[in-house]
Amino acid sequence: MLAYPTVRTSFLFLAIALAGLLVADIAITTSNPWQDLGRFFLGVATPNFFSTEGLFTALLRTVAFAFVGVTLGSICGFLLALIYRFLPVRIFCAFIRAIHELFWALIFLQFFGFHPLTGVLAIAIPYAGIFAKVYSEILEQADPEPARLLPPGTHAFAAFLYARIPDCWAQLRTYTAYRLECGLRSSAILGFVGLPTLGFYLEASFSQGQYSDAGAMLILFYVLIATIPLWVRPRLLPAYVVAAPFFLGEGLPIVWGNVKRFFTEDIIPSPIRKGEGLAELSGWMSDLMINEALPGIWNTVVLTQIALVATGILSLLAFPLISNHFGGPVRRTSGHIFLVIARSTPEYILAYILLQLWGPSMLPAVVALALHNGGIIGHLIGRQTNTLQLRPDAPTGFARYSWELVPRVYHSFLAFLFYRWEIIMRETAILGILGIYTLGFYVDSAIQNIRFDRAMVLILITALLNIGIDALGRHIRRKLALQTMPTC
Amino acid sequence: MAEFDFQGLTASFNGERVIGPLSFQVHRGDHIGLVGKSGAGKSTLIRLLYDRLEAKAALVPQALGLVNALPVFHNVFMGQLDRHSAWYNAVTLVRPFRKDREAVRLLLEELAIPEKQWAPAASLSGGQRQRVAIARAVYRQAPVLLADEPISALDGPMAQQVMAMLTKHFSTSIVAMHDVDLALAHCTRIIGIQNGQIALDAPASEIAAADIATLY
Repeated sequence: MLAYPTVRTSFLFLAIALAGLLVADIAITTSNPWQDLGRFFLGVATPNFFSTEGLFTALLRTVAFAFVGVTLGSICGFLLALIYRFLPVRIFCAFIRAIHELFWALIFLQFFGFHPLTGVLAIAIPYAGIFAKVYSEILEQADPEPARLLPPGTHAFAAFLYARIPDCWAQLRTYTAYRLECGLRSSAILGFVGLPTLGFYLEASFSQGQYSDAGAMLILFYVLIATIPLWVRPRLLPAYVVAAPFFLGEGLPIVWGNVKRFFTEDIIPSPIRKGEGLAELSGWMSDLMINEALPGIWNTVVLTQIALVATGILSLLAFPLISNHFGGPVRRTSGHIFLVIARSTPEYILAYILLQLWGPSMLPAVVALALHNGGIIGHLIGRQTNTLQLRPDAPTGFARYSWELVPRVYHSFLAFLFYRWEIIMRETAILGILGIYTLGFYVDSAIQNIRFDRAMVLILITALLNIGIDALGRHIRRKLALQTMPTC
Repeated sequence: MAEFDFQGLTASFNGERVIGPLSFQVHRGDHIGLVGKSGAGKSTLIRLLYDRLEAKAALVPQALGLVNALPVFHNVFMGQLDRHSAWYNAVTLVRPFRKDREAVRLLLEELAIPEKQWAPAASLSGGQRQRVAIARAVYRQAPVLLADEPISALDGPMAQQVMAMLTKHFSTSIVAMHDVDLALAHCTRIIGIQNGQIALDAPASEIAAADIATLY
């Protein structure tokens, strides 16, 4: 077994995660965690849809921000995809997508304030970076033959329109629709930093212990995501895109003085701003590195590695739930519902809920990340097993699972897992805002203390860390010959 | 006087010579049937000639190069993309103009698939796809046709009809084909390829099917 590079790699990551568990802070600190969890589930079971009229407005805003942000992101991303072969463009896109939506929101909040532009740009900017990468990959896969057969002298635009776009159209559309669903999740969590979307009301009801209100919001959110195929129709799409900007809400007006101050003063490292010289600057920098950046990086990496392995274990446990090689239709239906809930709940909301119930430690974060990502990968792997044909006399039960199915899907399982490695790290960093000591915690504290110069350096470090993990993940995938389409 | 003079054509694949060096001349009005067993280098030779002729030749490659997601009309219209402005082409993509629709329909009628004008290329059978690629090549209105097994999926009468149509629309043509009788019936000149070299080059009227059989 150990002769397989994939198995060796798996054990290496398992060992790293176990070592991480030894140093990580995993504890339940609340006095009555299970009672709180019980009250929460009771709240979900007895949802109250009519407590505040704000609920439906929040739902509307969530959809509006998602539509405007994703539309803007996909247009910019498409234009960037056309020039993606240039290295500076690729670096720029890697950089803007390495910074999480919530970090972008935190940055824009400092100078645009609670203006709708903050939420729109927070989604549009990182999404443009992601769209650019994936669109360019899709466009590259188009059959080059039709373009070669065009009469010489054909305008490049016409060639692109006839020989390139139609061939990729279905894939571009599928991916954009998938991203719209992601956009709804992103839009919902923007409420946690104060924008008028679902997260805002969820946080408010939770802090007041109104679990029935919170339950109603979660249920509405699942319904919204599950019914996307019903209400997002190609014919209706232009109407949504045109109407969405009018439903973003008024927000507060932009104070342009703040914008100027942010760029010319706030983000300049304070020793430079005060003209204190290089010695002070290096002191400032080393203080920042030792007291904030390094502990933040350490905790982010430890938590990421534990969450990655937990995600892997959970996906391997979960995929039989929807695989038609096991059990009957009743179990599969409940399996589908479980995985749909796990993967449609944004990790941030899961972590927030678990943190309220269990108290601050790495445990809620690990469970939240594993549930969400494990739900996604488990769903994809389960669907893949349904395309497998086993011989009629194949063993059943655990032997079928371990001898027939896992060996067949293990390659794609690892491919998905390493693909999501960077996503898990980006999420881990952001969960710091909830009070876990990852990089996001230090970013958030710096912003609370109005030290934007420190916050910007920390965000920059987070972005570089993500880019590094992304490159490492791609390297491992190439080394193990793992291939996947970027639709998970 | 030769219209095209090809000298020293060579092609290598993975360092191994697959074509040539070979030379030949093509005269206006020549309809050349390129014969030889598969792997002899016919497809490579057609590619080489297309690279040399480019603007003067319309190509029907073996893989056809259709855009599967587009309707037949647009696949045919692509043969004349260079004659219109970018906006005209963009509008045509959404809503074709009447005179183009008419022109393409006439061609499709000649190929006996007028009812397929708005069907996506992906939904067609192998023989229908070949006819769409041929329609695109004819629509291009180039002086020379280069085609690689353009009628391999067509049945007898249809293959005859299409070959007759090709010789009518193009003043000069070079067509690779495996059906020796069709080649003799519709071509004016036969070139036989063997191991990347010209093994036979004679007017179709002077040779019989048995002469060609030695190539296989």
